[in-house]
Amino acid sequence: MTPGRVSAALKLADFASHFFGVPAEEILRFVEERRDNGRARSAPHQAYCWQDDVLEQEIPRGASVLDLGCGTGELLARLIERRGVRGQGVELSSGAVAECVARGVPVIQSDLDEGLKGFPDGSFDFVVLEETLQTLRRPLGILREMLRVGKRGAVSFPNFAFWKVWVDFAVGGRMPVTGSLPYQWHDSPNIHLFTYGDFADWAESSEVSLSKVFVRSGEEVRPFEEGDDFRGEEMLVFVEKKQLRE
Amino acid sequence: MVVVMESGRNRYGSPEDPSSAGWTEAKRMRLFSEEEPFVTEFGGRLPGVEVEYETYGELSPGRENAVLVEHALSGDAHAAGWDGKWGERPWRERKPGWWDGIIGPGKAIDTRRFFVICQNVLGSCYGTTGPRSADPATGKPYALSFPVVTVGDWVRLQAKVLDELGIERLHAVVGGSLGGQQAIEWGLAFPERVERIGVLAAAPNLSAQGLAFNAVGRHCILNDANFRGGDYYDGAPPSSGLAAARMLAHITYLSEDGMDKKFGRRLRSDIEHGGFGAEFEVESYLSHQGRSFVDRFDANSYLYITRAMDYYDASRRGGGDIVEACRRIDADVLVVSFDTDWLYPPEACRNFSRALAMCRKSVTYVDLSSPYGHDAFLVETERVGGLLRPFLEKRRASS
Repeated sequence: MTPGRVSAALKLADFASHFFGVPAEEILRFVEERRDNGRARSAPHQAYCWQDDVLEQEIPRGASVLDLGCGTGELLARLIERRGVRGQGVELSSGAVAECVARGVPVIQSDLDEGLKGFPDGSFDFVVLEETLQTLRRPLGILREMLRVGKRGAVSFPNFAFWKVWVDFAVGGRMPVTGSLPYQWHDSPNIHLFTYGDFADWAESSEVSLSKVFVRSGEEVRPFEEGDDFRGEEMLVFVEKKQLRE
Repeated sequence: MVVVMESGRNRYGSPEDPSSAGWTEAKRMRLFSEEEPFVTEFGGRLPGVEVEYETYGELSPGRENAVLVEHALSGDAHAAGWDGKWGERPWRERKPGWWDGIIGPGKAIDTRRFFVICQNVLGSCYGTTGPRSADPATGKPYALSFPVVTVGDWVRLQAKVLDELGIERLHAVVGGSLGGQQAIEWGLAFPERVERIGVLAAAPNLSAQGLAFNAVGRHCILNDANFRGGDYYDGAPPSSGLAAARMLAHITYLSEDGMDKKFGRRLRSDIEHGGFGAEFEVESYLSHQGRSFVDRFDANSYLYITRAMDYYDASRRGGGDIVEACRRIDADVLVVSFDTDWLYPPEACRNFSRALAMCRKSVTYVDLSSPYGHDAFLVETERVGGLLRPFLEKRRASS
């Protein structure tokens, strides 16, 4: 980084601090870290899945749960074991499906972009979509399907308005790489990145209400607060269809 | 007593391997009588039925560890281990049972834990009553007077055998291809008797293309000069017709890609070219398959069993609607397809799993990538076993 860029970064940190409500020192620390470590994946992807902890608390005992893009079936195995849910997964990757089978998690190997053909209306209490929406070719299609098949949905996603994304892009002039977006532009599965605001707009225009929103910011997980549209790195949103007034 | 004959250790292992079901001996059971005949779905009557079956492992005191394994079109009850009486069926000398890679001590269907049963189907030619058996009314082989049989008949007869063995409930029914369809039928016909169904390379019915292949196979047999209306048991059998049927069927068991890799366009160098002998390697392979099949299979059985395969349609249990039919199933279901299988293609298998999901059943569907086509369920024992083992071991999701 040239001296000129550094001084620009200082100004940016000051501005961003006001704009995002994040201490300027924290922003500078991030900028310096990026300068020292280059664009190495300095912030590794979280090994633990905070969303799973929240879901385990929020999903009632004995509920039926459909997990879309269930990966290796960790969440479902946990919910089946600890919450006695009726679980069903859908996953495309062969390797992940094999692990689901090894865990004893029922799973259908299928492409979510093909929709949820085969699942009847309202057949699950919860439909979970963890960190998958931004990888789909037709994200709105699956959201509609989700609320057709499920009474409630739980969607988690990396928030593209997170301040580190913004600062990394502004300072580096490269596609942002962060803990929850650990990919380079060419190897990213994330083809439809969006922000919390985008999601809320979709909900508003689709007669969908956000009944609960959880935010992860650094190590902290909390219910959504004012300003979290920029401070939240990842979101977990519970959605349901608005009751139509008579 | 099992006559242990010498059988060389080879690439298929040997009966002394700790993971082998060892030397096996087929059992026979006589059922039904003149007064109480077995009545087939089409109304045919068999005054006596003999069933050949094999078992591996021990039935637990609570009788809850039985796993029924279902064989496919040309299969038999000899699913695992080495036939102690291979002298009577010489083609078994150098090969263990057809699913030996899956069944045995410590294998995916672990005989230290499960009591495994495999029965030869009605109409076959491997010990269970079929067209080659003597009709007690005439003392001569039934031939084409044998009643037409269905997958439903097979499953009903298997249930009767289990009654006799004192097995009320099955831990699982597992099969591939036509055996997979028997597993589906078990779940539909006896939902209260089966806890898990494993369906490999099989769908609720055969496609029009599949029906067409079977039709050509039967055409070859029916038009062989030796066929003589099926009454060929006192003379030369319709071997060329049966061999042609087998060669055709064998093409449907392999994938285009697999065939290319295995044989390509290679010509045999050991025979003269420029004529109509088996010059290409793929030609020679198929004619070998055809020849060896006629030594071990009965042409009439081929007609009856392919007909049963044609007729099978699981959706009939739901008035033509597969989803309605699936509502009957109470078991957890595992469906496995193979991406190069064009006899029971992945889409048909996936649709079956979706129908089960529609009825809120606990279902696992996996599409394995394999170059082996339809045959993959027999060849890919390691990967198939990797799916079957946890499926058989896990607690039931829906109980």
